Amino acid sequence: MSAVPTTTEVKTGGKPPSGLSEFWFYFSRNKGAVIGLVFFVIILFVAVFAPFVAPHAPSSQNRELLLLPPVFQEGGMWGHILGTDAVGRDILSRLIYGARFSLFIGLVVVTLSVVSGVLIGLIAGYFRGKVDTFIMRIMDIILAFPSLLLALVLVAVLGPGLLNAMIAISLVNQPHFVRLTRAAVMTEKTKDYVVGSQVAGAGTLRLMFLTILPNCLAPLIVQATLAFSAAILDAAALGFLGMGAQPPTPEWGTMLAEAREFIQRAWWVVTFPGLAILITVLAINLMGDGLRDALDPKLKRS
Amino acid sequence: MFRFIFGRLAVLIPTFLGVSLIAFSFIRLLPGDPVMLMSGERVMSPERHTELMHQLGLDRPMYIQYFDYLGGLLTGDFGSSIVTKRPVLDDFVNLFPATLELSLCAIIVAIALGIPAGVLAAVKRGTWLDQSLMGVALVGYSMPIFWWGLLLIIFFSGYLGWTPVSGRISLMYFFPQVTGFMLIDSLISGQAGAFKSALSYLILPTVVLATIPLAVIARQTRSAMLEVLGEDYVRTARAKGLSPFRVIGVHALRNAMIPVITTIGLQVGVLLAGAILTETIFSWPGIGKWMVDSVFKRDYAVVQGGLMLIAAVIMIVNLVVDLLYGWVNPRIRH
Repeated sequence: MSAVPTTTEVKTGGKPPSGLSEFWFYFSRNKGAVIGLVFFVIILFVAVFAPFVAPHAPSSQNRELLLLPPVFQEGGMWGHILGTDAVGRDILSRLIYGARFSLFIGLVVVTLSVVSGVLIGLIAGYFRGKVDTFIMRIMDIILAFPSLLLALVLVAVLGPGLLNAMIAISLVNQPHFVRLTRAAVMTEKTKDYVVGSQVAGAGTLRLMFLTILPNCLAPLIVQATLAFSAAILDAAALGFLGMGAQPPTPEWGTMLAEAREFIQRAWWVVTFPGLAILITVLAINLMGDGLRDALDPKLKRS
Repeated sequence: MFRFIFGRLAVLIPTFLGVSLIAFSFIRLLPGDPVMLMSGERVMSPERHTELMHQLGLDRPMYIQYFDYLGGLLTGDFGSSIVTKRPVLDDFVNLFPATLELSLCAIIVAIALGIPAGVLAAVKRGTWLDQSLMGVALVGYSMPIFWWGLLLIIFFSGYLGWTPVSGRISLMYFFPQVTGFMLIDSLISGQAGAFKSALSYLILPTVVLATIPLAVIARQTRSAMLEVLGEDYVRTARAKGLSPFRVIGVHALRNAMIPVITTIGLQVGVLLAGAILTETIFSWPGIGKWMVDSVFKRDYAVVQGGLMLIAAVIMIVNLVVDLLYGWVNPRIRH
């Protein structure tokens, strides 16, 4: 994605660039990543201030204006810029509130799967031996199922709903973090700086969390961004299949499921929720590419 | 090579046991017991309940039940549907060709378009062509495919009226299933227009299912090519005066393909997950739709058996990919 490297000025006499400014230097060279960041910030702002931004309440129904087309089409109204759905709810307002759900789902899923995945991966990679074999076999088992199918079945067992969908998606996402952390820990563990601090008397916990872990973070951060967007997609897919958030929740996937029957006569009810999902996921993935360029030294400038 | 094959098989056994344990315990994690699930809404006397539990062997210790289940799996008994009473394996065998046909078409499209796109982007690195190809690939990678399918239906089926909305072939045609692949069976039947009809039903689901693998393959091919194009032997080949076509097509592409083949192998799980959504949207009678329908019908015997069978398919495909990979790339064997 990055452009051809330009020659950088060599500053003499100045302080070496801080980690953050170096990060920003590489990140901002990827134009796509900056565009992604801008979109993400806008979506985040809209989600946080939804009650102030949205023109209507997400569940308020206007029985006089059912399936009103968007404003740029004949018959549209400025009061409902993106039109209304089958029971007269304002689509734009529902999308704005829906952003809250999607970002919240992404955040919860990533937090759950990163925390548990990193911890398990750290244990497997640090202690090796039987513990490692056992953990990796369990991860193989989880990975033997198509993720969406496993999530679907888990939600069917736990009962449909947003919370259970988040738990299921975290579980199917987690093996990626375990594998990644384990691989990174195994490479770092044999390096001189780790052996050095071990000789200097650092305890196991200190070695694991303070010496090794910070040096494994780069690929994990990149994977976390990918998992964030994947979680939004999976949650929307579960909502679409009727196993995620339940109506009348303004979750984007659930909105699509409700809109399916109007596919032939009201294109806007189907089009806008999906577009919202696509834009959000795309923005996060663009940022992910930029983060990879900036954080992963192996892939730098490739 | 034999040690390599045996090593891979040995790893597969605990995974298979674990998968079967998950499928086995899944039905027991549900509220109520299997007999109550089978009876559905009907009221049942406690005596009848005990009798049925005994008949089905559900009053025995858990581990004996599990070994029984495992023994059943090994002899091809994957349970029977609560709703239709048909063996799960029969339904799976009947429906799997539909999913296989769709998945094969999707992966062929993804490879046929993804690899050239990735090579082109790598060769023209940094140009507008590279940027637009990779931009499109990222959009494809971020696509909610259930929405993408609906959009295509709105435009091609609804607005233009070019393609049918759902199913596998027009009801006008009827012919015996030989291979289970509509495209091939319709050709064998020799009926005029049957092949065209089957193809028109297949196009949109294929496009939808191919979208994400296509994007992943294009991105992976580009980065693998970029890595290889910087190698010394590529420079040597260029210095020898070989044509750029030969350098890229033969020297670089061959070596860049190794990680791409791994990626293609990993798409099997992605395809089956995608089939769940694609088949639901297009009412494609394959195993993805079958599983979703069974979840909604609360036919947990089918969900259990289907889960096991799908995991088995994925494990076998992964094994084959692993072995092929070891065969292509001797370094991995050790």
